[in-house]
Amino acid sequence: MKARASRFWIYALLVLGSILCLLPFAWQLRSSIMTMPEIFSYPPKILPSDPQWKNYSDVFTILPFGRYYANTAILVAWNIVGVLVSNISIAFALTRLKFRGRNLLFALSIGTLMIPTTVTLIPTFIEWSVLGGLNTFLPLIVPSFFGNAFFIFLLVQFFRTIPFDFDEAALIDGASYPRIMVQIIVPMARPIIAVMLIFTFLNVWNDFMGPLMFLNDQKLYTLALGLKSLLSSYNSYWHILMAAATLVVMPLVVVFFIGQKSFISGLTMGGIKG
Amino acid sequence: MRIRKETLWGWILVSPLALGLTIWVAFPLGVALSMSLFKWNMISAPTFIGLQNYAFMFAGDHLFWQSLSVTLVYTLTSVPLQMLVAFSAALLLNAKAKGQGVFRTIFYLPALIPTMVSTALWLFLYNPQYGLFNLILDKLGLPTSMWIRDSGTVIPSLIIMSLWSIGNVVVIFLAGLQGIPKELEEACVIDGGNWWHRMRAVILPQMSPIVFYNLVMGIIGGLQTFTQPYIMTNGGPSNSSLTLMLHLYKQAFQFSKMGYANALAVVLLILTMAASLLVFRSAKSWVYYEGDRK
Repeated sequence: MKARASRFWIYALLVLGSILCLLPFAWQLRSSIMTMPEIFSYPPKILPSDPQWKNYSDVFTILPFGRYYANTAILVAWNIVGVLVSNISIAFALTRLKFRGRNLLFALSIGTLMIPTTVTLIPTFIEWSVLGGLNTFLPLIVPSFFGNAFFIFLLVQFFRTIPFDFDEAALIDGASYPRIMVQIIVPMARPIIAVMLIFTFLNVWNDFMGPLMFLNDQKLYTLALGLKSLLSSYNSYWHILMAAATLVVMPLVVVFFIGQKSFISGLTMGGIKG
Repeated sequence: MRIRKETLWGWILVSPLALGLTIWVAFPLGVALSMSLFKWNMISAPTFIGLQNYAFMFAGDHLFWQSLSVTLVYTLTSVPLQMLVAFSAALLLNAKAKGQGVFRTIFYLPALIPTMVSTALWLFLYNPQYGLFNLILDKLGLPTSMWIRDSGTVIPSLIIMSLWSIGNVVVIFLAGLQGIPKELEEACVIDGGNWWHRMRAVILPQMSPIVFYNLVMGIIGGLQTFTQPYIMTNGGPSNSSLTLMLHLYKQAFQFSKMGYANALAVVLLILTMAASLLVFRSAKSWVYYEGDRK
């Protein structure tokens, strides 16, 4: 009897929580297919009488959203290349090769996780203005080629679990270190590399501060910046804004459902083994 | 000969990290520290003014004190609340029930939304005239609120909004709960322990390292809050949501006071380190690690 009562409350709370999580989304979707007078009508309308799908195509005529998609995709692609090349080789060296300064470098890299990124924001901005990189994609791409402390940590944790017998056998067969990395370690580390790629995708897609500081030219805008400029110039066109917001989110939802499993495992690894 | 080859490859492969730490961390930190002693508008040459930026910050800039108090109030209320709500949600999602896979996905979804998008969405939800929240309150016959348009309710509104997107924290807690050895809980039940005993004796101690991790990350994030107030209120009304980070941003990119903005960045760094240190120091008394003596 008691068990049944507590089960009822568990379901009640789960459903309530789900409603709270989904309601804002539902409101966003509902508003994205309404007309402007419908949104402002009183008494309020819960659902549109005639779904306005053209709000979505209007987003593309008001602002070059297609270009923003392309810009964001270009940034994602380059960051993925940078993240792959740098973090794998760094983590390989930190776990499979012995050399002086190895532990110090790893400790320093972990230490940077504690430094708020905002502290180095202005100096980085000045660095790029000296190098002539303002208003280009370079400041948003180049740093990914120098390793990322969180990804290095994830990979190091994983690489450490791979037995050294593999390396030794390969060395006896005459394989070079880069070959061991590419042909032995990387194939075994596929799941954790997938995690890294999904995180890179999300981070670049979500980044607001970086593009805000470095990109002025409308032609270079990312989706997040595009949405921001829409918000400042069409601040009461909520039907358009909500359609644009949905357009920004859609690819993320797709990526999330494709990579859900590796994604969750990546999130938890940082917290639990840390 | 083989050892030398290993060292050589080690250095080659790790060189991006060594370079990166220099170019993107050490050098900018050095620049931030030294530039905080200069007056510079990015056009004319910087002039050395010693500690004057700091003197002005502490004695002359009332907006610094305002932003400091906004940031501290926001962080000190939102982070504990986030921990509490996320932990409860994780307990709920860990309970035996059908369809947990679906519930877990739903609870996580809001965290997937880019900050810029969730900020735009909540700006709409909080709209006093036709936003969702006031419509609901109105329907229920409750008094409506000005939400982010009132200096008294803007910070609570931002806190409520932050609770919506704590899916990451929930997932980390949930994984921790699933990692608790079943024997421990069973032993507690056999000894006649009820729900509360299980919580006190098993779940909370086992979860404490994870609470610790989430707490540190939450504080570091909270102290840097920027996008939400920047987009929603630009720090208003009457600076009641001006966070330290927003103040810094305005000084640097609206007023071109680069030296002063860097002094603010240095203070933000010290504040973050002090807060982390405080949590780290307290950790000895409440974080339980396997293998430690109790």
